[in-house]
Amino acid sequence: MPGITREEVAHLARLARLELKDEELDHFAGQLDDILGAVARVSEVADQDVPPTSHPLPLTNVMRADEVRPSLTPEQALSGAPAQEQRRFKVPQILGED
Amino acid sequence: MKDSTDSTDSIIRLTAAGTAARIASGELSAVEVAEAHLARIEAVDEKVHAFLHVDREGALAQARAVDAKRERGEKLGPLAGVPLALKDIFTTKGVPTTVGSKILEGWLPPYDATLTQRLKAADVVILGKTNMDEFAMGSSTENSAYGPTGNPWDLTRIPGGSGGGSSAALASYQAPLAIGTDTGGSIRQPAAVTGTVGVKPTYGAVSRYGMVAFSSSLDQGGPCARTVLDTALLHEVIAGHDPLDSTSIDAPVPPVVEAARNGSVTGMRVGVVKQFRGEGYQAGVIQRFDESVELLKALGAEIVELDCPSFDLALSAYYLIAPSECSSNLARFDAMRYGLRVGDDGTKSAEDVTALSREAGFGDEVKRRIILGTYALSSGYYDAYYGSAQKVRTLITQDFEKAFEQVDVIVSPTTPTTAFPIGERADDPMAMYLADLCTIPTNLAGNAAMSLPCGLAPEDGLPVGLQIIAPAMKDDRLYKVGAAVEAAFVEKWGHPLLEEAPSL
Repeated sequence: MPGITREEVAHLARLARLELKDEELDHFAGQLDDILGAVARVSEVADQDVPPTSHPLPLTNVMRADEVRPSLTPEQALSGAPAQEQRRFKVPQILGED
Repeated sequence: MKDSTDSTDSIIRLTAAGTAARIASGELSAVEVAEAHLARIEAVDEKVHAFLHVDREGALAQARAVDAKRERGEKLGPLAGVPLALKDIFTTKGVPTTVGSKILEGWLPPYDATLTQRLKAADVVILGKTNMDEFAMGSSTENSAYGPTGNPWDLTRIPGGSGGGSSAALASYQAPLAIGTDTGGSIRQPAAVTGTVGVKPTYGAVSRYGMVAFSSSLDQGGPCARTVLDTALLHEVIAGHDPLDSTSIDAPVPPVVEAARNGSVTGMRVGVVKQFRGEGYQAGVIQRFDESVELLKALGAEIVELDCPSFDLALSAYYLIAPSECSSNLARFDAMRYGLRVGDDGTKSAEDVTALSREAGFGDEVKRRIILGTYALSSGYYDAYYGSAQKVRTLITQDFEKAFEQVDVIVSPTTPTTAFPIGERADDPMAMYLADLCTIPTNLAGNAAMSLPCGLAPEDGLPVGLQIIAPAMKDDRLYKVGAAVEAAFVEKWGHPLLEEAPSL
C-alpha cells in the first residue's frame, strides 16, 4: 500500500477542515506513515469471505410518535454560541462575493 | 443526632457502600462526607491534577438535599450521599464540560447527560469533572489540553488514559466513586495502573446520550471505584435502557450487585488466551498474572488454554475504526453553534473560520486521528483500510464466541506494562497505542470486561491489573469472579492493595 506524503496530509487536512501549520504537515506525514505501516496488516484478511461488522449490536431504526415534547428554549440552545443575533446563530459568510 | 467523631482521613478512606450505610443510619451526614472530600481535593489535587473543575457549591447543595431527605424519613437509595468524580466527557447542566479540549473551554451545557441525570436521581453527590485525554483519545492523560494528571503511586508517572483523572481521584482518596468511558480501554487501563477497579459494561448497557462521542460503535461509559462491590452498586445506578440513545440495550440489567455480594469461582471454567502474552509484556506483569491464574485454580476454577488468532490484528483494526468514526463525529465542532471560534474578522468565509478554529482548538492526537480517519475512509483506500478493519472485527467476535463456548470468563493482564513515566511515549504514537493491547478486542466485540488489582510488579513496585472478560449481557459474571479474586487477594495481603500507596 502507498505511503502517505506531505501533500496528501495537506489535502486530507483541507477535506477535514483543519488549517494545519507547515511544521505539522511534516510531523504528521512521518507519524501517519508509521501508523499506516503498522496497521496495514488488516488487509491480509480482505480477500477472505468474511462479512464486515460495523457495530456490535444489530441496529434498527427507532421511531417515536410525532408529538411535541419539552425541549431547549431558544435562549438555552443559543447559550453556547460564539456569536448570535436576533435569537439566531450568527455565522461568517457562506457564499462568496462573486 | 449526629455526633460524629470521624476525622476527615477516616471518612475519605471508607468504601462507597460503607459511606452510604453510615449516612443512612445517621452516623454521618452527607454534608460532612462531601466536606471531607472537598477538603481532601483542596489538600492534594494541586499535586495530582485529577479534577478540571470542582463544583463545590453544587456538591454541597446535593449533600444538603440528601440530609433533608433523611430527616424527613424518606428512604435513601444504596449510594445516596456518596461523592463521585465525573469524567469531563458527560454533559452537566450549567457546569463546565470540556472533554479535555480547548475547543470547548468555558462551555456550559444546557442539558444533563442521561448518566448525569441518573446519578442525580440516585442522590449521588457529584464533586466535579475529571481530567482526561482530549476527546478520550489517549492512553496516558497527557493529551489533555489542561495538562497531565499524575499517578498517585508516583506523581512522575501517567495514571493511565483516557480516564486518568477519574482513576487518580479514586487512588488519592479524593472520591470513592468515579465514572469513566472505555473506547479502547480507557476505564480498565487507568484502573490497572492506579490499583483501582474499573468496568467496561456490555456495549449499549449505559446510555451514550450526552456523552461526547469519539467512536460511536466502541464508546461505553462505566463505573470506577476502589472495590468490586462499590463498582457494582454504581453499575446498577447508571445502566439500563434509554429511549434517547438508539444503541441502548432494551433489556433488564444483569444482577451485578447480587453477584458482587456472592463472589465465587467454584466450578467455573476460566480461559487464558495465548495471544495475551508475548513481546512487550513486562516480566513483573506476567508474574502477577500467572499468580492470579494459580489463585483462581486454588479457588476452584478450571483453567482452559485458548487460541484466539485474530486478537493479533485487534490493535490494527482499532486504529483504523476509531479514527474513522472520530473524523466523522468531530465534524460537529465547526465553530458555528458552540465552542471556540477563531479568525472571524468579517473577511473570512465560514469554511475558513471552521478550519482556523479547529486548528486552534484541537491538540496533536486529535488532529492525527482526524487525518488518519479521513484517509482510511477516502475513496480508493476504504476497502483496504476501513473495510478490512471491519472484517477483522467480525473475526475477533467469532474468536470470542468460540472461546465462550468453552469457558465462562477469560482472564488476562489488563495492560502489558505498569505506569510509564510522563513524557516517555509522547512522541511515539505506536508505542503509546500498545498500552491498550489487551483491552481493545473487547471493545471491538462489544462484550463486558473488568480490571482489578492483582499485586505490585516486583521490579518497580507499581500496581498490576487483572482483566476479566465476560460475554455480552453477562456482566454479572465479572462481579462474581472479581469479588472472589478480590477477597482472596485482600486476605493474602492483609489489606487492600491501595493501602500500600505512598501518602500524598
